[in-house]
Amino acid sequence: MSTTFTRDDTGAAQPPGGPAGRRLSVRSVLVWTAVAVAGAVAWTVLALSRGETVSALWILFAALCSYAIAYRFYARFIATKVLGTDDRRATPAERLHNGVDFDVTDRRVLFGHHFAAIAGAGPLVGPVLAAQMGYLPGTIWIVVGVIFAGAVQDLTVLFFSMRRNGKSLGQMVREEIGVVGGIAALIAVFAIMIIILAVLALIVVNALAESPWGVFSIALTIPIALFMGLYLRRLRPGRVLEATGIGVVLLLLAIIGGGWVQESGLADALTLSKEWLVLALVVYGFVASVLPVWLLLTPRDYLSTFMKVGVIVLLALSLLIARPVLQADAITDFAREGTGPVFAGSLFPFVFITIACGALSGFHALIASGTTPKMVAKESQVRLIGYGGMLMESFVAISALIAACVIDQGLYFAMNSPAGATGGAVETAATFVQGFGFDTSAQDLAAAAAAVQEPSLISRTGGAPTLAVGISQIFNDAFGGNLQAFWYHFAIMFEALFILTAVDAGTRVGRFMLQDTIGNVWKKFGDLSWRPGNVLASAIVVGLWGSVLYIGVTDPLGGVNQLFPLFGIANQLLAAIALTLVTVLLIKHGKLRYAWVTGIPLAWDLVVTMTASWQKVFSDTPAIGYFAQAQRYRDARDAGQLLAPAKDQGQMDQVVFNSTLNGVLQSLFAVLVLVVVVNAVVVIARAVRSGGLPTTEEPAVRSDLVEPAGLFATAEEKQAQADHERLVGSGGGQQ
Amino acid sequence: MTAGDVRAAVVRAGRGVRWYLREWSGEARWDDHLRECAAHGHAPLSRREFERRRSDALERNPVSRCC
Repeated sequence: MSTTFTRDDTGAAQPPGGPAGRRLSVRSVLVWTAVAVAGAVAWTVLALSRGETVSALWILFAALCSYAIAYRFYARFIATKVLGTDDRRATPAERLHNGVDFDVTDRRVLFGHHFAAIAGAGPLVGPVLAAQMGYLPGTIWIVVGVIFAGAVQDLTVLFFSMRRNGKSLGQMVREEIGVVGGIAALIAVFAIMIIILAVLALIVVNALAESPWGVFSIALTIPIALFMGLYLRRLRPGRVLEATGIGVVLLLLAIIGGGWVQESGLADALTLSKEWLVLALVVYGFVASVLPVWLLLTPRDYLSTFMKVGVIVLLALSLLIARPVLQADAITDFAREGTGPVFAGSLFPFVFITIACGALSGFHALIASGTTPKMVAKESQVRLIGYGGMLMESFVAISALIAACVIDQGLYFAMNSPAGATGGAVETAATFVQGFGFDTSAQDLAAAAAAVQEPSLISRTGGAPTLAVGISQIFNDAFGGNLQAFWYHFAIMFEALFILTAVDAGTRVGRFMLQDTIGNVWKKFGDLSWRPGNVLASAIVVGLWGSVLYIGVTDPLGGVNQLFPLFGIANQLLAAIALTLVTVLLIKHGKLRYAWVTGIPLAWDLVVTMTASWQKVFSDTPAIGYFAQAQRYRDARDAGQLLAPAKDQGQMDQVVFNSTLNGVLQSLFAVLVLVVVVNAVVVIARAVRSGGLPTTEEPAVRSDLVEPAGLFATAEEKQAQADHERLVGSGGGQQ
Repeated sequence: MTAGDVRAAVVRAGRGVRWYLREWSGEARWDDHLRECAAHGHAPLSRREFERRRSDALERNPVSRCC
């Protein structure tokens, strides 16, 4: 390591005027004991209650107490001992400050930016699907997963990227592990991104299909964003808050207007099939990717972030007010038998891949090694931003899980099982869920749809509609006013809004990646200002996710049922690459004794993803194994038979093709990750033998900044800041 | 606590929220520019030109949005 500062034996530098002693004060001990006891009580209630009414707030408290303890103790241990954050070192934001990408940013503001970048629809959707196994497995995995895996990954990747001037994940893998691993990681990142974009788009399609209200309000977000873009460019440059305020008001009007449109003659024209929505999304994605960002992407991003934060705050408040009771069982039979209709497979490993975002999401590693590390003011702040930001996302996932578990569970299964299973009508769906032992009747299902003014809620898979039903119910209970239909479409709108933002941004990032990679062999293509190159690269990226989306939408077996596992596994395979990288780095830095911090979540993640990949590829059970499924339909087709839910020969061919393709993609991802891991093992062996290896860490430069480390400045930190300002005489910022 | 204290606390909280939103949305970058120019004795850009440069920089530095 090229550190010029000597470290004290804890490996940590105390922040200026930071906590003086390592011993906790009596008050601290009492407070943290109380938090621990409260958390333990909440967990006990969740674990032991069977067949009684359990308030959803127990889940909330169990999670919040666990987060608090993890942040206070484990995250601090990782930051100070394992990573050795050193506030005497200048961060890249300070050293390379250019006011564009390298920019010293207030920690609370950067926390907001980072959270807005990592949290999207993922933490809202995964937990909803995983609720088919009951509330307990999902709750445990979200909380334990985030504390020991997800937040650790985000924190360590952010730290190591920050120490390397904000290098990207792919770049770090290439430089620190090797060229082979680097190439495999690059392909994996690109391919995984395509799958993620396709599945996100699939969720929007499923939420909007046959819903004129939804289509109308989502379609209006485009002119609203364009208006905001023009407002900010031409009318009143830079007045972002003003423009966003106008945008939010217009958005609410668009939701209200959707209700009128649904009643009017326009309803038929806006009732779009899934195929038409795919086409609309693909065209939209392409146009958004080649238009200048100020016109569509940036203003939409402002809107989506404001809505996102607003809804999350509202949801947390309304849970406290409404105090709903859990309708789901703690653990359902599907968890034990693996025969659930929402997604196939048993609790292990499938709960752990269905809930990726909120527990462990590899995609975050791309953000933690992207814009965020270039904006951190002080090294110690990575704990707040990396670990704290991920805890916040986990909280969102917990809220989504609660929303799915407080609705009638017959309705839950009628909404989330593919049309092939429910038959698509209230009568057949009621018979289907009664088969699981629910007493939900056809009238109940029809009434639920009528309450939110949707033509039907049967087989509205993908998680978004279920979450919207849950949210509308909770908001309605909390705030009254009989506005369930409004809240439902409000929730659909906000989910679709930020999924579309993720699709826009993802397409653009994918396009840059492609241009950058192909630019290595064809110089001209890598030139970002060359218009034909932009158009071609955008078309390729949109074409790729668009095809997967189309395949998912038309899949007779149900796109979500078929593609969501691929999405979850892909996301966590990306996490495996990220955790491999940080484990290698810890060992190269001579910190073998701390390698377990990232090594254990890595081992767990590899076991989960490889087991799931193995089952998806090699399982003999057609519901689980992609190739077994293809074989079953191929055999039937060759024998001239039709297998439900396929309705004709064409659909039989489709199942064979889709399942084979999914199986191939699944194998490809797993093999790419194994290549990275094998390459890493070679490097680890060398590093262990020599007690460490040189890395590409930037040399230390003394920092001239004094900033607090945590969310709230301590008295000592305020004093240190005041002293520093007196010495240097610089102002700015508010504390 | 007097009514004056409450009012002061509300004003302070309001200012904090406004500060946060302006920082978060990037509106405050313009104030930074004015301050920097004043400190170095440069003539500042026009607001229009300044914002145009900022948004053009975004064009080359795409921000990823996760799932």
